[in-house]
Amino acid sequence: MLKEENKIFKNLYNEQGWELENALNRDDWLDTKKIIEKGRDWIINEIKASELRGRGGAGFSTGLKWSFAPKKVGSRPHYLVINADESEPGTCKDRDILRFEPQKLIEGCLIASYAVNAKVCYVYIRGEYLNEGKRLQKAIDEAYSKNLIGKNACNSGWDLDIYIHYGAGAYICGEETALLESLEGNRGQPRLKPPFPALVGLYGCPTIVNNVETIAVVPTILRRGAKWFASMGRPKNTGTKIFCISGNVNTPCNVEEEMGIPLKELIEKHGGGVIGGWKNLQAVIPGGSSMPMVPKDICETLKMDFDSLVEVKSGLGTAGVVVINKDEDIIKCMARIARFYKHESCGQCTPCREGAGWMWRILERTAKGEATHKDINLLSDVTKQIEGHTICAFGEGSAWPVQGLLRHFRKEIDNRCFSEPIVKKKRKIPYLIDQHKLESKDA
Amino acid sequence: MPKIFINNNEIEFKEGMTVLQACELAGLEIPRFCYHERLSIAGNCRMCLVEVEKSAKPIASCAMPAAEGMKIKTNTKMVEKARKGVMEFLLVNHPLDCPVCDQGGECDLQDQSLYYGFDGSRFKENKRLVKDKYMGPLIKTQMTRCIHCTRCIRFATEVAGVSELGAVGRGEDMEITTYLEKSMTSELSGNVIDLCPVGALTSKPYAFEARPWELKKTESIDVMDAVGSNIRVDSYGWEVKRILPRLNNSINEEWISDKTRYACDGLLKQRLDKVYIRKENQLVEANWEEAIDLISSKINSTNPDKIAAHVGGLSSFETINSFKKLLDEINVRNYEFREKDFYVNPDQKMNYIFNSSIQGIEKSDFILLVGANPRHEATILNARIRKTYLKNKLPIFSIGNPGDLTYPYKIVGNKTDDIQQILNGKSEINSLLKKSKNPLIIIGESALELKSGKFILEGFKEFLHKNNFINENWNSFNVLTQNASTVGALDLNFFNKPNGTGNFFDKLNNHNFDLLYLVGSDELNFQKNNEFIIYQGTHGDRMAQIADVVLPSPAYTEQNGFFINLEGRLQKAYKATNPVGNAKEDWKIFNLILSKLKNKNLYTNYKDLIDDSLSKVRETKNIELLPEIQTKKINLTSGNFHSEEVFIRAIDYYFSNPVARASKTMSDCRLEKNRSTESRKTG
Repeated sequence: MLKEENKIFKNLYNEQGWELENALNRDDWLDTKKIIEKGRDWIINEIKASELRGRGGAGFSTGLKWSFAPKKVGSRPHYLVINADESEPGTCKDRDILRFEPQKLIEGCLIASYAVNAKVCYVYIRGEYLNEGKRLQKAIDEAYSKNLIGKNACNSGWDLDIYIHYGAGAYICGEETALLESLEGNRGQPRLKPPFPALVGLYGCPTIVNNVETIAVVPTILRRGAKWFASMGRPKNTGTKIFCISGNVNTPCNVEEEMGIPLKELIEKHGGGVIGGWKNLQAVIPGGSSMPMVPKDICETLKMDFDSLVEVKSGLGTAGVVVINKDEDIIKCMARIARFYKHESCGQCTPCREGAGWMWRILERTAKGEATHKDINLLSDVTKQIEGHTICAFGEGSAWPVQGLLRHFRKEIDNRCFSEPIVKKKRKIPYLIDQHKLESKDA
Repeated sequence: MPKIFINNNEIEFKEGMTVLQACELAGLEIPRFCYHERLSIAGNCRMCLVEVEKSAKPIASCAMPAAEGMKIKTNTKMVEKARKGVMEFLLVNHPLDCPVCDQGGECDLQDQSLYYGFDGSRFKENKRLVKDKYMGPLIKTQMTRCIHCTRCIRFATEVAGVSELGAVGRGEDMEITTYLEKSMTSELSGNVIDLCPVGALTSKPYAFEARPWELKKTESIDVMDAVGSNIRVDSYGWEVKRILPRLNNSINEEWISDKTRYACDGLLKQRLDKVYIRKENQLVEANWEEAIDLISSKINSTNPDKIAAHVGGLSSFETINSFKKLLDEINVRNYEFREKDFYVNPDQKMNYIFNSSIQGIEKSDFILLVGANPRHEATILNARIRKTYLKNKLPIFSIGNPGDLTYPYKIVGNKTDDIQQILNGKSEINSLLKKSKNPLIIIGESALELKSGKFILEGFKEFLHKNNFINENWNSFNVLTQNASTVGALDLNFFNKPNGTGNFFDKLNNHNFDLLYLVGSDELNFQKNNEFIIYQGTHGDRMAQIADVVLPSPAYTEQNGFFINLEGRLQKAYKATNPVGNAKEDWKIFNLILSKLKNKNLYTNYKDLIDDSLSKVRETKNIELLPEIQTKKINLTSGNFHSEEVFIRAIDYYFSNPVARASKTMSDCRLEKNRSTESRKTG
């Protein structure tokens, strides 16, 4: 269990107040000037050494991403964009950072902007987070009034302006290039890569897009040292992470924990246990709805970090842990998730546009027990035809959970859909049974 | 040159190419729907997936830049599986209505599903149904068939420069629409039909008319404007069913204007198919002999000075040449090709053509329009200017207000005084012009119609010559002519020289002529008095109504003919269908008249005509090549300056010639356009 002193987000439950004065008590904005004075290379190397991986879902090394930005500002300005379009079902970590720890984010913005040579930072907040956006705006105003940001921020000689932009509530706008399109005022549709945003991003300028949590932990890492951060968790999966525990648990919550914490410990200690006891656990979605679910037997020993989840063919994603107990209809759950992806597909590229709806429809039939063997094989084919063939990762995000269901819960599907025929087949007297079943093998 | 490995073969490619282009160099066809050479890359159909070594996923070859040493595979299981998967997705919501779809036979989806489609459908759900959208009188929509390649959207926003086409909705509910269900306000809108890889956007006038394989295809040249777009005429029997663009990078790329494409139904209507003679104030059917007798007796009995001749804008070079030869034989000196009096100077070929060439526009870094509206006068040329604008972001100025040109420009002024200032080097744009390397000055007919027409043309020529903008490498002096016949007629000097026999137009309007011989000429602004009018043409249009003798002749798709476009490029239009009724080719009619008058022939055969005509084309030796304009010796003169307003004469775009006026489609377009401008006015 993470020691209190090692927690980065000390005000995750708003026990100490979110205002600037309270934030200053929690050591926010402490010696920011000194950190900046150590220079870009030091900051980027320190972040690299801390092995901080992006908290938005893909888990890409943050230090490496920053180092992709051109070293010198050319004819085009650089931008830092904060992705606060937190739309992944089962995830609500950024929301609490925006509400209760906004100064950590703002300070992170300043340091990250300095590291990537950006003088303007945009925070793209999903439209539903209206109150959170207002809170952040207040926090930004407070920071401006104390000259923590703005011209010559923190007396560091670096200028930074932060602007908030509200999205309109599309899931796909959390994808970094779709986010940039939306920010520019276009349809929120992912761009083709390459070129990557680090070279050609917002308005064609070099842009670094980071998740809220990633940026919010940066000041603490730099203040306490990369070694401290890297000492938690295990190599390549270091530091702490906010886990969002929801679903069939007694006390759903957000909790900051060390990376690699056993899933069972997470659920039992922080989530108050599965409703109906651990025995009643059916499956867990470990990283938000786009990650494949893992069944109970894997959950027993599962450790919550990027690499161990990949080993069980799932992923940490945004660490939105959704617990599903045996009272739930797992196929129906999956059908509901598929419906979400059908609704949120942007419609740009073929496999996702046509495949997401197809998957949903087959799953709905499966949930009703109307699917055939052919349907299930087809469903598996469809997921494979989507995966890897799309412009952005949405394709995988919609196909993988279905694959997870098929991998671990084939038995449930079979039990529901293919019950023994009441009248056993006797080919010699075909008129006694359903005529239309004659052609299929199970007649 | 960098190298790339495609299926283990080493291929050299040019820097900046995509993997798809490199594969094409290697002779491999990569299936695609959304990719189009002349549009931006969307990469959304995912049909062009190929395998790249060291990549777990297949990549979209249309969007991936080719890089040195890349190892591409196009024939692996992975690629085939990926493409088959994508094809299945494309087909799940695509209706199986090929038998009633107009795209059948020339459908990309149909062709490619032959290679990548499954034999049966695994999709048991209901197919998506999309409401059809209204896109005006030209484009028929069947949006259920749409595969969302967004080619049409990209064409509209990039090439046509209108933002009226777009997508609404998300995921499988995404729909292509014009938002307000109005027609596109573009003269290039018809091209989206060619671009649409499926039958979602098809041609409304051509709906259910024919199948592509039963049409006779003739490669020809368009005559609706002076650009000379390369077209393909698809005909069935004597009917021209449709007109499609033909690729020609130096003229029209692969676009044509709506007028070029859709005026063809005018070739079937209002046609003159018989000889008519006016008797007791009524046109009565007659035969050729009667008519020729009447004409020759009239010519014999009229003083040649009282005879005038005029050719229209659609006449071919041979027609004008043989007509001129006939007129020379009977000593007629009053002939004209212009519809309104504008200044021309046929002294050197450079004086009346678009010297920079259409392809040359792309090199320019400064454009000045002088009394020209290229959008309506030469639509395809305007598209080239827009393309150049998007590429070079060059400054564009105009004298006179041409309205919306689909790209931003600045009006310098609308008086001839502003022109004088530029010529004197005192205008604000002079410094920009001086700095530019390849400027373009485009002088429109509207400017030449002014009293200062001579001043403008000669003034600019002198100015550009002085500033060394007319040299071997770059000639920035351009005249934008409007009719397909204009440059040819000027090559032949088919007009009254100012100091020759007096002004043709004054004489015409003062009714000084007793006999008027009009060849395809319907645009003359003229009230008939007591003149005897011979009209030789294709359509029962303005002049045929007041004519005393009507002689039917073939339209541009019905006889071979040379046309010289505004760049001075000689091109040949080919006969696609037979002339209607009793129509005779123009030169044969002249032959008949001359043999009646003087008992001799103008030409003994068609080859004679061609040889004679081609020998008269100035400074062009080869067909389809630009003329060789010498820039060493430039004859300069000067004109008188008059202070007046530069008014750009509005063109009734959809009604600018007899073929277009006879076309139902064109009048629908015109109605639609008037309606939309009216609704815009009233808000």
